[in-house]
Amino acid sequence: MTKPVVSLDQVTIRFAGDSGDGMQLTGDRFTMDTASLGNDLSTLPNYPAEIRAPQGTIPGVSSFQLHFADHHVQTPGDAPDVLVAMNPAALKANIKEIRRGATIIVDKDEFTTRNLSKVGYETNPLEDGSLDSYKVHAVGLTSLTVAALSELSLTRKEAERSKNMFALGLLTWMYHRPTESTENFLKAKFAKKPEILAANLLAYKTGWNYGETTEDFAVSYEVAKAQMPAGKYRNISGNTAMAYGLIAASQRSGLKLFLGSYPITPASDILHELSKHKKFGVITFQAEDEIAAIGSALGASYGGALGITTTSGPGVALKSEMIGLGVMLELPLIIIDVQRGGPSTGLPTKTEQSDLLQAMFGRNGESPVAVLAPSHASDCFDIAIEAARIATTYKVPVFILSDGYIANGSEPWKIPSVDSLPELHVEFAKSQENFMPYLRDPKTLSRPWAIPGTKGIEHRIGGLEKADKTGAISYDPANHDLMVRARAAKVAGIEVPDLVVDDPSGDADVLILGWGSTYGPIASAIESLRESGQKVAQAHLRYINPFPKNLGAVLEKYPKVLVPEMNLGQLAMLLRSQFLKDVIPCNQVRGLPFTTQELIDTTMAVIHA
Amino acid sequence: MPDLALTKKDFTSDQEVKWCPGCGDYSILSTMQSFLPELGVPRENIVFVSGIGCSSRFPYYLETFGMHSIHGRAPTIATGLAISRPDLSVFVITGDGDSLSIGGNHLIHSLRRNIELKILLFNNRIYGLTKGQYSPTSETGKVTKSSPLGSLDTPFNPISLALGAEATFVARTVDSDRKHFTEVLRAATAHKGSALIEIFQNCPIFNDGAFDIVKDGDTKGAALLQMVHGQAIKSETHGLVHDGASLKVVELSSVSESDLVIHDAHNADPSYAFALSRLSSSDLSHVPVGVFRDVERPGYGSMVNNQVSEIIAAQGAGDLNTLLTSGDTWDVQ
Repeated sequence: MTKPVVSLDQVTIRFAGDSGDGMQLTGDRFTMDTASLGNDLSTLPNYPAEIRAPQGTIPGVSSFQLHFADHHVQTPGDAPDVLVAMNPAALKANIKEIRRGATIIVDKDEFTTRNLSKVGYETNPLEDGSLDSYKVHAVGLTSLTVAALSELSLTRKEAERSKNMFALGLLTWMYHRPTESTENFLKAKFAKKPEILAANLLAYKTGWNYGETTEDFAVSYEVAKAQMPAGKYRNISGNTAMAYGLIAASQRSGLKLFLGSYPITPASDILHELSKHKKFGVITFQAEDEIAAIGSALGASYGGALGITTTSGPGVALKSEMIGLGVMLELPLIIIDVQRGGPSTGLPTKTEQSDLLQAMFGRNGESPVAVLAPSHASDCFDIAIEAARIATTYKVPVFILSDGYIANGSEPWKIPSVDSLPELHVEFAKSQENFMPYLRDPKTLSRPWAIPGTKGIEHRIGGLEKADKTGAISYDPANHDLMVRARAAKVAGIEVPDLVVDDPSGDADVLILGWGSTYGPIASAIESLRESGQKVAQAHLRYINPFPKNLGAVLEKYPKVLVPEMNLGQLAMLLRSQFLKDVIPCNQVRGLPFTTQELIDTTMAVIHA
Repeated sequence: MPDLALTKKDFTSDQEVKWCPGCGDYSILSTMQSFLPELGVPRENIVFVSGIGCSSRFPYYLETFGMHSIHGRAPTIATGLAISRPDLSVFVITGDGDSLSIGGNHLIHSLRRNIELKILLFNNRIYGLTKGQYSPTSETGKVTKSSPLGSLDTPFNPISLALGAEATFVARTVDSDRKHFTEVLRAATAHKGSALIEIFQNCPIFNDGAFDIVKDGDTKGAALLQMVHGQAIKSETHGLVHDGASLKVVELSSVSESDLVIHDAHNADPSYAFALSRLSSSDLSHVPVGVFRDVERPGYGSMVNNQVSEIIAAQGAGDLNTLLTSGDTWDVQ
């Protein structure tokens, strides 16, 4: 008997389990299989800072959310349609965010009295009627997996570890995902461990067969391909896109890529990725601390490399003095801040946008730097190349403000052809007489990039104030005033594209102006608002210092400008101070991206205010 | 060695030297300017990187590339430069506060990695530029502006610290002894990896006479235990003998020449050099000078660059399009 197949236009699934249950891997594999099927998608991994919090507890719950559709997807989805909960803790931690009527698949073997009481369930939610408004599938994921693997010579504990593959197999059947890619992935991953490979493959297939044969799962679902521009695609996370963008910048400029970095969540994956690509001449240096990381990058820049450092908020705090030296030396330098919840150690694995003012002003003296922010995961690729263009053209430190959400989240990316990438023209000072290390280019106000090894231009630079043109030490009051203003004018004069406003009606009641990773949730809210007949405009800042030249005019045009940020109003403060525009802040710092619904609600309130 | 026909004058910049009259830094600078022509490296391929402090003004006075950076961080900048530009000769100029206090972390890690840097540590046992506070090498009990009742700190022995940090080349010299300093510089620049040279340097303003015992003609002959590889370690009056697992200073008259320790700078066991380093007492009555340790270990920069060139030799240079299209991809028509 063939089971009925229902067509859906979109689905949001959340995989949740103990941090040792392999939920991130399960989510990743489902994502890859979904991407290769041609759906558009967006993901949100969410995991604790502890590597292995106590088993079966709420703090130990790790989850991975995936939103996929037959149309363009902007966010990982607000309320999941499907929750896969590997234990009572995963159910309890996630149930509040699951929409009524959603499908919940649980591992019923884990719903023991002991596990239930561990997370404060007095009665078993699978039996007490509290889940009546959901479609619950209580499946013996553990026992079925163990039974399926009984022929293999594995301990029970080893066999149990494959239960995530059982769950993946079941979901793969439910949503008609292809299986080859995950099978190939497992074969490559466990090539040297044939027993473990056999266990994972068998659990995966058994999960698929379970869906196909058992009466518990009466229907399966299809989500058609999304209409996407023609081309070759891959799924990519923000951190990987950033690493690739940096390599592309190195290739397009001919500069050696030097990364000085100190491990920190959620930025370390950029270090990991770049360290794999030495055949591009990439040098990665894992330094003794955050200061040495940026110091080495600045030293490499001084020598003519593309010097980069990657970190998160606490690391930026430690690097401040070296960034100031970069401002004074007027050398190219890229500082990538993958923001997380702060202050102090804060929320290492959660997202936030609260380093904007630190990037802008977190140094002694008048210390202007360029500040860019990618809007979504694959935009990290383009923004990395832009940062290299600005850093090398203007000889200035450039901040890239990514965050945990886009760093770990992923989306399909139309792979650009290499020829379409911008060429980065870099010039070093040539041998000459009477060399002036601080003679500025009249157009860019940049000084020459004068690297060691060039005969005749030997010179000394440092953190002390420089005399205009010669770069000699100068304590002259008028010269200091001149140089402070020159450095400010150089950054203010960086050429950036105009801000594009998406306003189909031309007279929207409200403009939603965002920056960085809020792009997806805002775009999603705008779509819904327009569908319900509202006139709303969207504009998104990728360049924060300097702002696009038309920003003032854009702000003036709209009486109401809503500024959503995952902080307490940092961009709003900049806009107010620079443009005297009373923008309307919309803020939350829950460590998670905005939901589409809360942005819709806030916008409606602003429209009706 | 190429004859570049360079002279001391070629390495002297047009900047007016602004140290206090009588500062030991003058003789260090002069010795360095005289030595550099001998190095046989073109001026444009030499870089001096310094931190903050009186000594860190040094790069301004040399007609090479130079960077006067920020407090304690010179080794970090020099590390990035030396790794990414193995064609350059990179020197770090630092003081006792700069390298042992605020920058202590970077000093030990650059030595441990064996980065191709020549680090000159000007040790005057005081903070000079901030006008006279005790430093991490000041003697316990030292009365300064910030320690009116005497410093409570136990000082660092920079040589012991460097050896503990796995340094492959460690030496000590005295600012005013041009000949000895030049010999040490020669050995340090011939060494492939990191080299640390501690230079006893007099601060005539805030710690004048701190090293008189090893500088004055009357006393230095007895105080300075000369370490020359392959020769007996001795001063004019004293010599070094084995004392169980340790070393002991004895009067030359009390032992025969054959009992004296013959210096082995290439001894693979760092505990030998460490034992030598412990002979330098705070009162400087016996101070070993010369090269404590000079052993070979691959330099970090050369290893980093080997990893790159080996993988390119094995797999070819990276291709951007191949990278971008790697992994699972799919085509949309």
